Amino acid sequence: MNHRTFLKQLALGALVAAAGLTACSKKEAPPPAPTPVAAPAPAKPAPLKAAFIYVGPVGDAGYSFAHDEGRKFAAAQLGDKVVTTYVEKVAEGPDAERVIRDLATQGNKIIFATSFGFGDSMVKVAKDFPDVYFEHATGYKTAPNLRVYEARFHEGAYLAGIVAGKMTRTNTLGFVASFPIPEVLRNIDAYTLGAQSVNPKVKTKVVWVGAWFDPPKETEAAKSLINGGADVLLQNTDSTAVLQEAERSKKYAFGWDSDMSAFAPKAHLGSVALNWGGYYVKAINDVLDHTWKTGETKWGVKEGMTDLVKVADFVPADVKAKVDAARQGLKDGTLAVFTGPVVDNTGKVQLAKGVVADDKWLGSVNFYVKGVEGKVPAGK
Amino acid sequence: MNQLALLVAATLSAGTPLALAGLGLLLNERAGVLNLGSEGIMLVAAVAGFGTALLTGNEWAAFAAGALAGAALSAVFGWLVIWLNTNQYATGLAISLFGSGFSAFVGIDLVGKQLVETPAPSVPLLRDLPFLGEALFKQHPMVYLVMTLAGAAAWFLYRTRAGLVLRAVGESPASAHALGYPVRRIRLAAVLAGGALCGVAGAYLSVVYTPLWVEGMVAGRGWIALALTVFATWRPARLLLGAYLFGGVTMLQLFLQAQGVQVAPQFMTMLPYVATVVVLVLISSNPLWIRLNMPASLGKPFFPGA
Repeated sequence: MNHRTFLKQLALGALVAAAGLTACSKKEAPPPAPTPVAAPAPAKPAPLKAAFIYVGPVGDAGYSFAHDEGRKFAAAQLGDKVVTTYVEKVAEGPDAERVIRDLATQGNKIIFATSFGFGDSMVKVAKDFPDVYFEHATGYKTAPNLRVYEARFHEGAYLAGIVAGKMTRTNTLGFVASFPIPEVLRNIDAYTLGAQSVNPKVKTKVVWVGAWFDPPKETEAAKSLINGGADVLLQNTDSTAVLQEAERSKKYAFGWDSDMSAFAPKAHLGSVALNWGGYYVKAINDVLDHTWKTGETKWGVKEGMTDLVKVADFVPADVKAKVDAARQGLKDGTLAVFTGPVVDNTGKVQLAKGVVADDKWLGSVNFYVKGVEGKVPAGK
Repeated sequence: MNQLALLVAATLSAGTPLALAGLGLLLNERAGVLNLGSEGIMLVAAVAGFGTALLTGNEWAAFAAGALAGAALSAVFGWLVIWLNTNQYATGLAISLFGSGFSAFVGIDLVGKQLVETPAPSVPLLRDLPFLGEALFKQHPMVYLVMTLAGAAAWFLYRTRAGLVLRAVGESPASAHALGYPVRRIRLAAVLAGGALCGVAGAYLSVVYTPLWVEGMVAGRGWIALALTVFATWRPARLLLGAYLFGGVTMLQLFLQAQGVQVAPQFMTMLPYVATVVVLVLISSNPLWIRLNMPASLGKPFFPGA
C-alpha cells in the first residue's frame, strides 16, 4: 500500500466514522414527543385504567402471584370504576422501560411496577408522562408523580419465628437466603428474634444461595441446613423448593410470599404472605378522588399487608395464642420487632435500650442479631 | 468426617445432570454441530419427565420420556440447521427460548404436584462401608450410569470406526462426504443422541435431584453444560471431571455455610467460572492443544452439493 492510498483510506475512514457518530447522536437525542395521553374527559366517567407489571409469572404461587392477587382484589372492590391490566415476566432493565412506556401510551392513568429493579425505568417514564401516576414497590426513588410502597415483611417473619421457636426440637433454625441486602437481613434477624422471644436457646444457621430463584440450589441449601442440624426452615427466595425439601426430609418449613400450604401438607407450619390488595384499592381511590400525593408507604401487620397465614392445624394452641398475642401487639403498636436493646452476634449494641427502630434504621440493617451463626457476607 | 462424606455424595449428585447434558453436547459438537438450545431442551424434558413420573410412578419411564422429548426438540433443531442450513447460533438460541416458554406453558398444571416417595436407592453391601458407603454408594443409579456413559463415549469416539467417522464429520465434512459418508444423516444422529442425553439430564433434575416442577427450574445448567464441553476440550473423561468440579464447588459453598464457616458466597459462586477461565488460558497457552481437540468445522454449515 503506498502512502497516498493509505492517506485516502484514512480520510475515508474518518469520514465514515464521523457520519456514523452524527447519525448516532441524532438517534440519541430524545424526540420531544409530548403525546397527549389523556383524552378529554367524556361526559360520563369512563373507568380508570390501571396497569401492573410483574417480574415473574403470576402462576408461580410466589411474589408476583401475591401482587396479582392484590390486583384482582382491587378490581373486585372497585367494580366498574376501574379496568386493570397486567404484564408478567418483564425483565428488569431496558425492557421494563419499554413496557411501562407502552402502558402509559395506552392511556393507563396509574401504573404499578412491583419489583425493585424497575425503579430507574419508572423514574424515566414518569418524567415523560406527568399526568400519569406511577407506583413502585420496594423502591426508594420518588418524583412528583412517582411514589413508593413496601411491606414490613419482617413482621411476618417475626411471627413465623415464634412458631419456629416453639416447634424446633434441635433449637436450630435454618434460613435459605438470597442476597445480603438490608431487606433480607432484616427478615433473618426478625425470624431469629421471634423465635428467641419464646425460646432463648434458639440459634439460626443461614445459607446464601446468591439467587432469588434457583430451585435445585435452594433444595441443596435446605439439605445442607438439615444436615447441619436445622429442623425448621424459612427462605427468602421465590420458589417452593425449600418447603418441598422439608416435606421430603420430614422437617418443618414456612411458605413465603403467598399461601403455600398446598405444596407441603406435613411440613408447612404457616406462610408469611403478602397482601397488596388493600394498598391497591387505596392507591386507585386516591387517583379517582384526586387526592394522590407522592410519598412513601410502609405497611405491616397492622394494615394487613403482611401476616402469617394458614398456620397448620397441628401447631399447638398455646403456640397459636402466642402468635395471636404478638400479632395484636404489632397491630396496636405495643410491640415492635426491633426494639432496643438489639445486640448483633459480635456483641455490639446496634440499637440502644428502649429505642424503637425507625425506617432509616430498618433500611440499613447489615448485621446478624445475637443467635444467628456466622458473619454477614461482605460486599452487599 | 460424616459431613465430608455427605459433601462427596452431594457433589456426585450435583455433577450428574451437568455430565449427562455435557456428554450429549460433546457428541453434537464432535460432529460439528453447536446446539445452544440445551437449556430449553432440558426444560422441556424436565416437564415431560416430571409429568410421566407423576402418571406412571416409574422414574425410568420418566427418563425415557425426557430422552424422547429432548430428541424430538433436537430433531427440529437438527432439521433446521443441517438441512435448511440456518445459523446454528441463532437457531440454538431460538430453541432455548422456545423450550423455556413451552415448558412453562405445558407445565402449568404440574406446579406444586408431589411425586410418590421412593426409597433412596443404594448399593447393597458396599453401602455399609464406613465413610465410603455414605459418600459413594448411596446414590441414584443414574450417578453410576453417567460414569459408565463417559467411559463409553470415550471408547466410542476413539476406539470405534463409527466414532472415527463422527469425528471426521466434525473435522472436515467435505472429506467425509467425498469418502461417501452421509454427513447430514450422521450429524442428525449425533444431534438426536445429544438431545436425548440433555433430555435425560432434564428429567433427572425434575424427578430425582429436585423432585418438583417449576418454571425455569433448570436455572442455567444447560449453559453450564455448554461451557463444560469447552472446559473439557471435547474429551469425555475431562468433561466428567469438570462436571464434578462445577457441582462440587457449588455444594462445598453451601456445606461450608451450613457448617458455620464463612466464605463470601459470591466468591464461591464465582469459582467454577474462574476455573473455566484459568483452564482456557492454560489450554490456549499451547495453541496445538485446542487445535488438536476442537472439532475444526464446529458451528459451520455443510452444503453437500458445493
